Amino acid sequence: MKHELKFTVNGHPYELHIRPKTLLVQVLRDHLGLTGTKRGCSCSSCAACTVLLNGMAVKSCSVLALQAEGAEVLTVEGLARGPELNPLQQAFLDHGAFQCGFCTPGMLMAATALLRETPKPNKDQIREGIDANICRCTGYNSIIRAVTAVANGEYQEAAK
Amino acid sequence: MMKDFEYLAPKTLGDALALLEQHGDDCKVIAGGQSLLILMRQGLVAPAYLIDIKGVPGLATITFDPKEGLKIGALVTHRAIEKSPEIRQRYGVLSEMERRLASIQTRNWGTIGGNLCHADPAGDPAPVLMALGATVTMASTQGPRTVPLEDFVLDYFETAMQHNELLTEIRVPAPAPRTGTVYSKFTVIESELGTVGVAVSITLSPTDRTCGDVRIVLGGAGPRPLRAKQAEDALRGKRITDDLLKDAAERAAAEAQPISDINASADYRREVLKVQVRRMAAEAVSRAERN
Repeated sequence: MKHELKFTVNGHPYELHIRPKTLLVQVLRDHLGLTGTKRGCSCSSCAACTVLLNGMAVKSCSVLALQAEGAEVLTVEGLARGPELNPLQQAFLDHGAFQCGFCTPGMLMAATALLRETPKPNKDQIREGIDANICRCTGYNSIIRAVTAVANGEYQEAAK
Repeated sequence: MMKDFEYLAPKTLGDALALLEQHGDDCKVIAGGQSLLILMRQGLVAPAYLIDIKGVPGLATITFDPKEGLKIGALVTHRAIEKSPEIRQRYGVLSEMERRLASIQTRNWGTIGGNLCHADPAGDPAPVLMALGATVTMASTQGPRTVPLEDFVLDYFETAMQHNELLTEIRVPAPAPRTGTVYSKFTVIESELGTVGVAVSITLSPTDRTCGDVRIVLGGAGPRPLRAKQAEDALRGKRITDDLLKDAAERAAAEAQPISDINASADYRREVLKVQVRRMAAEAVSRAERN
């Protein structure tokens, strides 16, 4: 039997009817077409599917969508304002913090959660903040440089 | 591929217990689902009914009282334990353990109760809570019961909970003076499950380095977290020396029942346990002297 799910994604309210076994990542990608969130390992190992659920970073492949009832979800699509990248996205671009880009949405969301909680993280805190997110291209250093640049205020405003 | 199930989201503890009573073996309880969903996706667990308790009110609080000690609701997330100022101040070992448990993402959604009920022998919270002398309270339509955590975890992924019971609370006694508790998880990759884990709690006599109460708990060293009782006996009532700690560590390694798997051989686990028990016992003593 399908269940009703009412929640907000990137500020837009949605009302869906889904099978209970549907995972949050499936709702985002397959039902709402928000394919920015990546489905990597599907076993809670890679964090490519990281989104913010009520402000907390979670792996959307490991959250039952119905548990997002009434919640606010933020995905990578919710970061930019229209055509304008947000500071963190711009920093990733400027620092070459991706190559294939598959991990980038998850990295951005993990880093967003980090910067909201700790606006001026040191290098260790940045490493810890993206510790779950696997990247096979960059070796992480450029990602850490990008987050550091935002934390240092090198972009006009703090990451939203 | 995950099998379909009926989804039930009780709004109160009473409703949850009634559903458990009704569906018995056919249902599974989900809190954060950080362990359960992995098993369900692999088809290893396929319940007809899933009872979602994450929204049940009253089970997500942390309270401390100098007499009663620490009470952690079963639905408290790992991240909340990690960040709790109360826990950081009085039960530092718990926040340290949580900080290295899985990932921030998992800690944000996963609950302490779910972790203990999952009963993975390589899990981090159980050995630490056992070393701290924790008890757990379960509720059912027949009323609550409380058992030491040691008696709650029975075997690989198996607990003493009956099918109509729900874990509601974890209690940790107030720390005794001159007590040091430490935990180390030995991993090859940070944020993975531990290859082995060692929790040691030592209470020193008020005046010198004589060992009073002692608990040594080994994780990833058998079908469930194991008390290294012979190692504890070797320390209890004696003055702590390096040789004594070495002896205790050797006994602990001998008592362990590790298995060989993809991460490490049983022999390797025993060797690491020996080293870790010695180091953690020494660290527990030095913490006890500071407390």
